[in-house]
Amino acid sequence: MSKKMMMWLGASLLTAAALVGPARSQAAPVEISFYYPIAIGGPVTKIVDDLIARFEKDHADIKVKAVYSGTYPETLSKSLTAFKSGQPPEMAVMLSTEVFSLIDEDAIMPFEELTKTDDDKKWLSGFSDIFMINSQVNGKTWGVPFQRGTTLFFWNKDAFREVGLNPDVGPQNWEQVVETAKKLTKRDASGNVTQWGMQVPSSLTSYWLLQGYVAQNGGKIAETSGTKTYFDSPEVVEALQYWVDLAKIHKVMKPGVIEWATTPKDFFEGRTAMITTTSGNLTNIKNNAPFPFGVQILPEHKRRGAPTSGGNIYIFKGTDPKKQEAAFEFTKWLTSAAQSAEWSIKTGYIAPRNDAWETDAMKAYVKEFPGAAVAREQIPYMVPELSTYENQRVSRVIDDAIEASLTGSKTPKEALAVAQQEAERILRDYR
Amino acid sequence: MTRMQNSVTPWLLLLPAIVLLATFTHVPAVMTLIDSLFTTPRGARPPRFIGAENYMSMLSDPVFLAALKNNAIYALGTVPLSIALSLLMAVIVNSSLRGTTLLRMSFFLPTVLPMIAVANIWLFFYTPGYGLFDQVLGLFGFQAHNWLGNQDTVLGSLMALAVWKEAGFFMIFYLAALQQLSPTLREAADLEGAGRWYFFRRVTFPLLMPTTLFVMINAVINSFRLIDHVIVMTRGGPDNASTLLLYYVYNTAFRFWNTSYAAALTMVVLVILASIAFLQFGILDRKVHYK
Repeated sequence: MSKKMMMWLGASLLTAAALVGPARSQAAPVEISFYYPIAIGGPVTKIVDDLIARFEKDHADIKVKAVYSGTYPETLSKSLTAFKSGQPPEMAVMLSTEVFSLIDEDAIMPFEELTKTDDDKKWLSGFSDIFMINSQVNGKTWGVPFQRGTTLFFWNKDAFREVGLNPDVGPQNWEQVVETAKKLTKRDASGNVTQWGMQVPSSLTSYWLLQGYVAQNGGKIAETSGTKTYFDSPEVVEALQYWVDLAKIHKVMKPGVIEWATTPKDFFEGRTAMITTTSGNLTNIKNNAPFPFGVQILPEHKRRGAPTSGGNIYIFKGTDPKKQEAAFEFTKWLTSAAQSAEWSIKTGYIAPRNDAWETDAMKAYVKEFPGAAVAREQIPYMVPELSTYENQRVSRVIDDAIEASLTGSKTPKEALAVAQQEAERILRDYR
Repeated sequence: MTRMQNSVTPWLLLLPAIVLLATFTHVPAVMTLIDSLFTTPRGARPPRFIGAENYMSMLSDPVFLAALKNNAIYALGTVPLSIALSLLMAVIVNSSLRGTTLLRMSFFLPTVLPMIAVANIWLFFYTPGYGLFDQVLGLFGFQAHNWLGNQDTVLGSLMALAVWKEAGFFMIFYLAALQQLSPTLREAADLEGAGRWYFFRRVTFPLLMPTTLFVMINAVINSFRLIDHVIVMTRGGPDNASTLLLYYVYNTAFRFWNTSYAAALTMVVLVILASIAFLQFGILDRKVHYK
């Protein structure tokens, strides 16, 4: 080419680059990934995708990639694996009880480092206190409550009517549960049980259900500092003994370890007349129970008690500061009053903020379906969930003890003594 | 070709295989051994040298001992059963009658299904009350069983699933070997008046020994390697009655993030598998009659 042509070409290329360059960097939205587990029934993926679509419409500069990552332990594994290989997700929903393990791995950042404006601080202080216990360590907030729940007690009103019990009132204490369950347990001609009176699932995180009984028995399963457990204390042993005796002595519950996933189905099919399960199954039971059902807070013993449960949103360290900001924006939006109420209505999780309960949508829902307010009734009696360092390992130890007791291979006293010894060995180094 | 080319060329030809083998087998094995001698790095705390402490604590770890016992029972149960079943299936379909093609397909079907899918299907089969097995047994008047929630039956239930899954795959090898046997042997035996069982025991089975050795090695490897059904169906429970070695390694490494202990466990599994392999190739290979 001639020299003149070269100059024109060069000038036009430079101009084009100058025009396109800054325009391109302005238009590219910040992309963040959001790992979330699914622990309940229902079309959760669709609900999450809808929420994200609405968020992206209002915030054109942020793109959220939602990644369904299995159960809570699987989500923890995937997030930590990604973190250890240097590419953590910007945010993830994980169990509130993993907070100590995550701090130990130096994987998450406290929200105090991200809240700057007064609005931010107001947002952070709007969460209910009981849910913040598992979220705060040493005065800093490491995760914000997102999908929290508790244990609720459900009963089959038709089955109650059949045996002459008042269908509108469930059993109120441990003795009444046994009495009622005995009346409800039906056996056929050859002595096989066709309907059990009571069913408490035990195949996954059984320590969570034990906590309910321990709280009702006036005991404590562990310290909130995350370094001490009380697995072999008399209150815990008695609580586990009561649970085991439901099947062993009173014969109102299926023997052995009972599967979580099929417990609601067992309830629908009439194989059990009363169940304890997570409040997260409330919408599932409401939509699918072929009979009128009752729902109430857990029966008391020495006092009322129930564990909290569920996941918090954590923001990971080691990502680009702009992405952290974007993740913080999405977190705030997702846990603001309106979205919190929407998530609670659609899934059955408890809205963890008081202002969510005051929204019109929530008030209308509670009026139409009073069962939704039951979980809120239990809040004054709730205790924080078991949360320690090396949480997965310690909870596995107590789960093993519960399984051993339910299958009868050890007595509750023996099993819990072994569990406490093992937990001591694990937590010793952290004190 | 020059002399140098002669000695360099073979190495160049082997180079890709050596690189892959080293990168994915030998180097990780050595790194795992080194990892097992240090503590797990956690966040801000770097690993420190502890020597054989991991191996010592393994001896008193009840979960490890349970996993070892479970895996031994599991291997001793699934290996002979799957070999016997696959041999039986191969003999059955080794004819040109009508309907054997359909039978071959249905015997092979479990193999094409991924283990996770099979585990989920069998999870339904084993559900107490309305699972398939309890419904069928219920017709005969038996009570519902909690197959997977009971320590006495859980390992057996997993073994049944594993045998069902593997037998079809091994059947293919036996079928191929059976079809290569010369029909003159059968004719000669008939002339001599040998019974079918005698013929099978003295002629067919010894001639199938190469296949049996191959199938046995595969079955043993599978009994240590396949843990998908443990993850899906029982998560090692109840109370570690169905925990297998590799599942315990996975849990320790990726659920509890105790990577140094997991490395020690991995070394133990490696040593066990290596010894079994030496045994099989060393002792049994001599007994195998190759053509």
